[in-house]
Amino acid sequence: MKNIIKSTIAMLSVLVAFTSCNNSEKSDSKSGALASNVAEKVYVAPGEHDEFYAFISGGFSGQLSVYGLPSGRLFKVIPVFSQDAEKAYGYNEETKPMLNTSHGFVPWDDSHHPDISQTAGEIDGRWIFINGNNTPRIAKIDLSTFETTEIIEIPNSAGNHSSSFVTENTEYVVAGTRFSVPIPQRDMPIKDYKGNFKGSLSFISVDPEHGHMDIKFQLIMPGFDYDLSHPGRGKSHGWFFFTTYNTEEASTLMEVNASQNDKDFIAAVNWKKIEEYVNNGGGTMMPANYAHNVYDESTHMATSTMKKEVLTVNPLDVPGAVYFLPTPKSPHGCDVDPTGEYIIGNGKLSSALTVHSFTKMLDAIENEKFAGDAYGIPIINFEDVLAGTVESSGLGPLHTEFDGKGNAYTTFFISSEVVKWKLGTWEVIDRQPCYYSVGHLMIPGGNSRKPFGKYVVAMNKITKDRYLPTGPEVTQSAQLYDISGEKMELLLDFPTIGEPHYAAGAPADLIKARSKKIFNLEDNNHPYAAKSEGETKVVRDGNTVHIYMTTIRSHFSPDNIEGIRVGDKVYFHVTNLEQDYDVPHGISMIGANTSELLIMPGQTETFTWEPKQEGVWPFYCTDFCSALHQEMQGYVRVSAKNANTPLKWSLGEDIE
Amino acid sequence: MKKSNIIMLLAAILPLGLFLFPLWKITLEAPQYPTPLGMYIHINDFSDVNPHDIKNINLMNHYVGMKYIPDAIPEFKIFPAGILITTLIGLIIAFKGNYKWFLFWFILMMVLSSAGLYDFYIWEHDYGHNLDPKAIMKFTNPDGSQMGFQPPLFGTKDILNFRAHSYPRLGAYFLGLGIAASLFAYLVGKKTHKKP
Repeated sequence: MKNIIKSTIAMLSVLVAFTSCNNSEKSDSKSGALASNVAEKVYVAPGEHDEFYAFISGGFSGQLSVYGLPSGRLFKVIPVFSQDAEKAYGYNEETKPMLNTSHGFVPWDDSHHPDISQTAGEIDGRWIFINGNNTPRIAKIDLSTFETTEIIEIPNSAGNHSSSFVTENTEYVVAGTRFSVPIPQRDMPIKDYKGNFKGSLSFISVDPEHGHMDIKFQLIMPGFDYDLSHPGRGKSHGWFFFTTYNTEEASTLMEVNASQNDKDFIAAVNWKKIEEYVNNGGGTMMPANYAHNVYDESTHMATSTMKKEVLTVNPLDVPGAVYFLPTPKSPHGCDVDPTGEYIIGNGKLSSALTVHSFTKMLDAIENEKFAGDAYGIPIINFEDVLAGTVESSGLGPLHTEFDGKGNAYTTFFISSEVVKWKLGTWEVIDRQPCYYSVGHLMIPGGNSRKPFGKYVVAMNKITKDRYLPTGPEVTQSAQLYDISGEKMELLLDFPTIGEPHYAAGAPADLIKARSKKIFNLEDNNHPYAAKSEGETKVVRDGNTVHIYMTTIRSHFSPDNIEGIRVGDKVYFHVTNLEQDYDVPHGISMIGANTSELLIMPGQTETFTWEPKQEGVWPFYCTDFCSALHQEMQGYVRVSAKNANTPLKWSLGEDIE
Repeated sequence: MKKSNIIMLLAAILPLGLFLFPLWKITLEAPQYPTPLGMYIHINDFSDVNPHDIKNINLMNHYVGMKYIPDAIPEFKIFPAGILITTLIGLIIAFKGNYKWFLFWFILMMVLSSAGLYDFYIWEHDYGHNLDPKAIMKFTNPDGSQMGFQPPLFGTKDILNFRAHSYPRLGAYFLGLGIAASLFAYLVGKKTHKKP
């Protein structure tokens, strides 16, 4: 009997040992059953909406993509600087002027930094601005339509990188040049760069009502590379901070020659002071040539205006407006915390972050604690402006965002990680790896006075083995971390378009309630609109033919057109008569050397067709619109160049 | 003024609420319409529940050959005149008449309302059955007859992919309350007449 009891106890204890061992294994590995816990955090059930919008730049795709957080689902790609055949952006007659520049039609750019408009330092969800790097431009996207409604070209600029960040009441969008260039442009030896090239920092005013942009002034700075920028917040409102590199002013083998100085600068610009100077008639008007393109929602058309001059300001003419803060190791990211006190300059070749204090900066200015000057601009003593240093073992710090709870999150490109640290104490709290090579990161509202510190999105340049391979080119990606706790937790990977360079995020409620559902037909002031089938017609004017056409489920009016001749230039002006949410129609014409149109309810769009061969040629609806979408088609009869086939158009005539 | 006459006065005035509030509402629900399409019927007009609803109802309905909901139908001229005349009669009765006239007005209103409802039914029937012979989609009932798309006069009914609701609105309640009040005025009048 005793033996039986003994052996039973022995067996039980073995079982317990195994079971508990099993348990501890589970909780350590965070795999298996526990992983579903993470999945739940990003699961948005069918029919339910995400909590945040994320606007992730398309980098070299030139566009801006719209994702939901936490699901990582892609909702839309907004065409900005690149033609987009899907939406006819840059192809239809209405939006072609949007891509006009002083260099002609430039149908591509490199879009980098989106920033949402702000009121009193908080994001207001009205517009989003984004820069085009290559042919310097700033675009404004209206968040009621999610369409690009304005693009302004920046003269005297090159590599428009330190853009497009907004001040706390959207007074200005800034556009700083990354490459210094001769101002004005001229033919000169490149080796004479030093002292001759200049860097322009453009302050673009934004009309508080309509958002219309206008270059208020350009600050003409020494010929450094102006890398990134950030407006002051709260107490530092009125100031703008720009990181620089290449204070060596080298022009060749930059990776070596622009990395010689131990410290470059953060340029602190008191824009309120310059604004006052300009408002009192200061500054010099300089001849320039740049395009200002505006899309009018009432006429559904863009117009491009060439501007001929720009107001420039020499910083030496406004004493006390510009100072240099020495910052180690070619600082890249330039970020200001929500209180406006700390200016973080990430020396991309160092492991430590340098944090400057705004209060100390003002104090140093007041007491004239200067280490010297650069081209007449005072340089503040490094020690007199330094607030602290975040010492960490990370490599290549780039960008910092804030959670609104006194913590900062910095990406490290070389060591591929996000590091959480505490403002004021400069201690590192947590670090999480990124897969791989992270650039910017984004916390919704993290660029404002009121961050929504629930998630951080890391934007990675390289993915290698994270997804199914797609040949030599694999997707770049974003990674979503939960930052609501003390430690960060990786929740989700999701692929992105182009290069996910930087992003802006906002609570969904801030934007979705204002989202437009249709264009009111009564408000359509397009000069070639046909607001009913009764208004449809075909008008010949020499070799040009204008077709005023309408679409409605499930036909075009007219759908039979005769009397077009080879060599004509035919404009299809197509109005969608629908007034129901989510019922666009498309149209494409065989042989047209352009894209289809995709026309929203109540909207008019135009494409051109130049028939080259006689015959009877069909057109059809390209967006599946109704049960009879496949029947939504028509014909154009094309006669010989000298034929006298009468101009005729009809709908439903033969069936009567 | 007698208590019954005051009630009658109220009865005569209440139907004027039809000029302030819709009489009826027809709602069409379908999966593709997370916000249902809807139409108010007023004493003198149709109106959208949400912007462009009637236009979109017409667009849907043309697939089966239903007529466009007209901007104006003759009833929209007759009904307002009818209400104004009966209210005027009601007012005269309330000031001049005795309780027996109240019953007359009650019966008059019942007859006219029933006629109005019948007229509505006839219009609905025509709208739902008198279809364009060239309609894109033709549906038949199991017995082979042509399917009708008449919305219900009152209540809820499934029509193809739509669920149609048809219910009275505030204007109709004003009318109903007025009619009921006239009967009540009659009964009060009758009671007080008997007392002495």
